[in-house]
Amino acid sequence: MAKPAPVADTRDPGSATTTSKRAVSARDIDLPPVMVKQGGPLAKWADDRLGVGGLSKFLMRKIFPDHWSFLLGEIALWSFIVLLITGVFLTIWFKPSMAEVEYVGSYQLMKGMMMSQAFASTIDISMDIRGGLLLRQMHHWAALLFVAAMFTHAARIFFTGAFRKPREINWLIGVGLLFLGTMAGFSGYSLPDDLLSGTGLRFADGLMRSIPLIGTWAEFFVFNGQFPGDLIVSRLYMVHILLIPGLILGLIAAHMVIMVYQKHTQFPGPGRTEHNVVGYPLFPVYIAKMTGFFFIVFGTITLFGALVSINPVWTYGPYNPSQVTAGSQPDWYMGWVEGAVRIMPGWESHWGHTTWSWNVFVPGVILLGAFFTLMALWPWIEHWFTGDERNHNLLDRPQDNPTRTAFGVAIITFMLLLQFGGANDIIATHFKLSLNAISWFLRFAIFVVPVIAFWVTKRICLGLKKGDQERLLHGSPTGEVHRDANGAYIEDHVPISHEEAFALTAIDAPEPLTVAAQADAHGVRRTDGDVSAMRARASHWWSESNIPHPTREELEEAHSHHGDGHEIEPADKH
Amino acid sequence: MNTNASTELTPRPVDDPGVEPHVLSYRASDPEVDKEAERRVIACFGLSALFALSSVVIYFAVPHTIAIRVGSFDGNLHNVLFGVTMGLGILLIGLGVIMWARNLMNDEELTEERHDPASSEETRTEVLVMLSDGVRDSGVARRRFLMGSLGGALGLFALPLIVTLADMGPWPTKRVRQQTIERTLFAEATPQKPIRLVNDVSWKPLRAADLEIGQLVNAQPENLRELHDVEYQQAKAKSSIILVRMDPDSIKIPESRRDWQVSGILCYSKICTHVGCPITLWEQQTHHLLCPCHQSTFDLGNSGNVVFGPAARSLPQLKIGVDGEGYLIATQDFTVPVGPSYFERDSRNDFKEGDA
Repeated sequence: MAKPAPVADTRDPGSATTTSKRAVSARDIDLPPVMVKQGGPLAKWADDRLGVGGLSKFLMRKIFPDHWSFLLGEIALWSFIVLLITGVFLTIWFKPSMAEVEYVGSYQLMKGMMMSQAFASTIDISMDIRGGLLLRQMHHWAALLFVAAMFTHAARIFFTGAFRKPREINWLIGVGLLFLGTMAGFSGYSLPDDLLSGTGLRFADGLMRSIPLIGTWAEFFVFNGQFPGDLIVSRLYMVHILLIPGLILGLIAAHMVIMVYQKHTQFPGPGRTEHNVVGYPLFPVYIAKMTGFFFIVFGTITLFGALVSINPVWTYGPYNPSQVTAGSQPDWYMGWVEGAVRIMPGWESHWGHTTWSWNVFVPGVILLGAFFTLMALWPWIEHWFTGDERNHNLLDRPQDNPTRTAFGVAIITFMLLLQFGGANDIIATHFKLSLNAISWFLRFAIFVVPVIAFWVTKRICLGLKKGDQERLLHGSPTGEVHRDANGAYIEDHVPISHEEAFALTAIDAPEPLTVAAQADAHGVRRTDGDVSAMRARASHWWSESNIPHPTREELEEAHSHHGDGHEIEPADKH
Repeated sequence: MNTNASTELTPRPVDDPGVEPHVLSYRASDPEVDKEAERRVIACFGLSALFALSSVVIYFAVPHTIAIRVGSFDGNLHNVLFGVTMGLGILLIGLGVIMWARNLMNDEELTEERHDPASSEETRTEVLVMLSDGVRDSGVARRRFLMGSLGGALGLFALPLIVTLADMGPWPTKRVRQQTIERTLFAEATPQKPIRLVNDVSWKPLRAADLEIGQLVNAQPENLRELHDVEYQQAKAKSSIILVRMDPDSIKIPESRRDWQVSGILCYSKICTHVGCPITLWEQQTHHLLCPCHQSTFDLGNSGNVVFGPAARSLPQLKIGVDGEGYLIATQDFTVPVGPSYFERDSRNDFKEGDA
């Protein structure tokens, strides 16, 4: 099926397999009897009512390219399904109420203790409901995996340039999903009303209060009065099991439909162009692989739930506003914000009767907002630099766009440093370091180290690209070194395959923008919009690391003269 | 010409060799290997069913109250056995299906053409024509007032729903703030009717004699005990205090706070001025108190000033005294609101390094 089958003028199921313009029924074609006898009547019933034939024709043999990194988004999807399944089970027993009750369950260490119903029912699920602990732990592990898979999926999309035209909308949806995923996680781990999650809510309360002008109002509205109030658990419960999952489901649906409609991107390779997609058909190969992968994700999460303890709330106890445990930390994906809050200097302005809490507002609210804004705007930021209007269905390798890759690595470095900041107490106690020294180091390192990471990454990308250039022009080194009559040492090279040469030259980096007033080579003024001098300079900076592919002539030249070997040490040195 | 605007690729330096020819796999060329691969898939499915059934048996047969410990592993026997069998049952289906897809299905890659998502120029024109037809049929252009009134109605229809949110919580007006976040249980204390400070676990009133130099005690006002449910939690989130006894000669006590302490016993709010965590880590030798949440460090030997970390304000200190029976008492509230900052907080009266 190298080409899509032409449209046949019949609505009979099975017509997709024929190229004839004549109306054909399924019986005319050599189909296995099971298709005619069993599949036929049912398919006809559904097709008569819903026209599933057309949809099936569109979907059934749709091609999806294969690469391990395309699985990351799928992990996110399947862990979300596991979250829905385990979450529904948890709602059967969980009581989202902050009403005070005396604990009467079977856990001896808490008998007679006063606690909220939310916490008591969490202990019941963990201790008295058989399988309840497994479901709770699975739900928590699946949540961590969900966010982790979304982050790595987003990184894959970023470093391969898959967000470029025409896929900017799906990138935006993805950023929305990442934000909603972290919010789902936060609202979820606040529900048990244990000491750790209550501390997290106390932090959220401080964060809200720090917002200039409306902070106190936000606090009073969210908590129904002063912290902790009596409604926050039931409100978060609504957010956690209805509002956010509903939004996530809708966005995932849109994400998938757009992905199928636009067709998946692919890496360059023989026969892979901007205008086709090479891979396996949805039915049966991808259906099978996706189904299989769902069960692998589900099974792995189940084994984690069975074997690796997570959030043992019975050891923390119920929330008590006068207690906290050392080493209190949020779930991992909030760690970088936590780190920023920890290393921020204590800056606060006291103007008149007002307090401006920069020490909390900047790292907690501004930074988080800035991160998601920058991420959402990235396709347009990159477009500002490159002016690239082309459709991109072939993916970049990270080294194909050194500036973008270097920027991504710098951001990840920044976040990793903050993540260390979020664990500064644990690092201090485990490695016998001074807590204050770690914080002081990070206060400067978050500005300096990302710049170094940017530069190093760019150099690595350039090195890789130069290596590609070498392979294209001189071939692949064989490892066999000869000494010629003059005493020079020469390493043998063999030409690389036609397939590799094509893959290495398949995509062009965008040309840097030039100022609009300039005329092009033919003396024609450019009409593609105004490019300011600043944008042109930025564009040149962005593209300065582009290495143009050798031309056809250069390649032929290199192959005819240079096929025999590559001098590694000139003879005149001896 | 701007090459970036073109959707066509410039001529490639290397011709497209086309998709690699499909090579029949070892498996497909040897029926014995094919059968072996099939048997492995069947074994996965068979084992999966066995694990699923055994997990059901385990669910009912194994008591859920047995703790197990193997080396550093610590767990509940029911959870481990039930979860592992259930997990392996699920995992084996996945492994079986993937092995089926990879080893037994046709592994020939196919090619499909892409279609530019952009519609053709004709379609765009057609749509524009349809749009203008629709606009004409609706009479929008002629009925400006109708459109204006609809716009107004649509702009306002959600307002009644939004105003419902006004009752999400009490409004933190100045009066409400004074009764809530700017007041603690100590406000009920007067010199005539003081409130005793009690141990926060045993509720036993604390005597000055109970504290040794270097000792820190977590305490609460005695009247906290009368509260329950939400009032209890809200009050406790503000009234939690620490009592600490230091050698009066080794600490700095400003003139204005001379009579706030009882021979080196000082009382501070336990709620961090950063985001409100209860501060717990006491460094006896340095008189520093470290918040475990974000590591703000306060010097209790110097009026609770911040010595490190993200907190911006000193810990509020509570004036305490001692009654005729030797019990520690409070006779007034904190002089500034405790806990994290908020916009309307007047922070000019908080103690700063160098204040007398």
